[in-house]
Amino acid sequence: MILRERLLAAGGLDGLFLSDHRTKKDLAGIVSGEREPAATAALAGRRVLLAVGGQMAAARAMIALDGLAARLALVPPKLAPEHIARIASDAEAEICVTDAGGPAPDTLAGLPCISVDDASRAAAETPRETEWALATSGTTGAPKLVAHTLEGLTGGINKAAAPEPGTVWSTFYDIRRYGGLQVFLRAMLGPSSLVLSDAGEPVRDYLIRVGAAGVTHILGTPSHWRLALMSAALDRLAPRYVRLSGEIADQNILDALRAAFPESRIAHAYASTEGGVGFTVEDGQEGFPASLIGTRAGIEITVREDSLFVRSPRTGRRYLGATSEALIAEDGFIDTGDLVERRGERYHFLGRRSGVINVGGAKVQPEEVETVINVFPGVSMSRVRARPNPILGAVVEAEVVLRADAGEDRIAIKKAIIAHCRPRLAGHKVPASVTFVDALPITSGGKLVRRGA
Amino acid sequence: MSLRETVFAEIAAIAAEQEKAMPPITDELVMLDTEFDSLCFALLVARMEDLTGADPFSEMDASDLPVTVGDLVALYDRAATRQAA
Repeated sequence: MILRERLLAAGGLDGLFLSDHRTKKDLAGIVSGEREPAATAALAGRRVLLAVGGQMAAARAMIALDGLAARLALVPPKLAPEHIARIASDAEAEICVTDAGGPAPDTLAGLPCISVDDASRAAAETPRETEWALATSGTTGAPKLVAHTLEGLTGGINKAAAPEPGTVWSTFYDIRRYGGLQVFLRAMLGPSSLVLSDAGEPVRDYLIRVGAAGVTHILGTPSHWRLALMSAALDRLAPRYVRLSGEIADQNILDALRAAFPESRIAHAYASTEGGVGFTVEDGQEGFPASLIGTRAGIEITVREDSLFVRSPRTGRRYLGATSEALIAEDGFIDTGDLVERRGERYHFLGRRSGVINVGGAKVQPEEVETVINVFPGVSMSRVRARPNPILGAVVEAEVVLRADAGEDRIAIKKAIIAHCRPRLAGHKVPASVTFVDALPITSGGKLVRRGA
Repeated sequence: MSLRETVFAEIAAIAAEQEKAMPPITDELVMLDTEFDSLCFALLVARMEDLTGADPFSEMDASDLPVTVGDLVALYDRAATRQAA
């Protein structure tokens, strides 16, 4: 399957658009615009680094380059220069597609560049399968590059069904990240229109734009949605389908979205750059039914030592670059590193194995504590992390963002939050300290920044 | 509130929160003889750091470890004096 061929074959592109905070373009024009043989010659069969500023440029280049380049490595936004250089090297890039918003030229260490406008005019006469390379979200340390096929990336998408009439997709995420790319591919395979976000755009402006464009299907992380729920512009949004992925969707955020959008389908997806799309849960409850463990069409899921393992054609194929780490074990399974716990007929996510806080030998998942704190009235969001402690090595510390209606008496609220945690968590998991902050940092991938995690 | 009163109040508060039965708190009370466990102790140190800005435990050797509540008060007293200096 080649993206552009598929779009051309689908037909019905009339009226469909791709828009960002600056412009709105006809999808038909992007797909079947003027072609330039010199651009094709420069990119055909090459390992290409896609390092542009905005998502509109990225989308145009992805449509042009799938089926043309040997490898297409996506550089996510806001990446440190040393990480961009590392990705270029791990991808063995031969040429870079860039624009004025892309990384500074000296970042790319002499790599030849072609402008995204030129690259978008390239087209293969004899298409080939392009290997896609995505950077892991890198909430800790340097991102790793994971190789995928387009077949694998779209394995979780029902390609046989026509989209609901009038479908317009959008994503808070960047489409160069796994979750956002899923939305880009869903829109392109529909085909349907797509509204792109912009990293520098205030949530309010994005919501107004999304509302004006008539977006029906929209994806964000739970952190994105918490921000959106605090915005007065939320009522601009009337989605038919609300999707969450990228972080643990706790009951609090699912209930809040249900209350905000009583008529919508609300789905939380389990997916990762390495493991691909695992499954989607639509029953409005946190976690997932134990019946999902086992083998279903296209995917096998199992739990080993409290960690979720997946085996499927949708997972990444391997890590690229100078890593000794194998992505896929000999038996074909990928260890997602996501810890789960079975409670009755349901599995609940406890967080990343690497995010564990060690309180005198007893382990604490920050997300488990955050989930409890986040349901306390007046709490908007929280971040839990290790606080060094001379007695136990570490204790649990919580930073909390309060909603405007939370009340003024901070000391009383702090005591009440700790009192709320006590019957709900084992003693060592109850925060030793609670501090109030105005905001918590969120990565460009929409996840809480976990320093030192 | 004096440093001694603060230490006493925090010990009582943590013991109550952790549902530990404590004898009356005095200078002579040996903390590890009570139900006041390592988690309680860790919480006490964290809260005292929040209240006074001092964490004397991180910069002392094991021989100085406080045995009694009175030792603990003295430890924070010395830290406060150092801070003031």
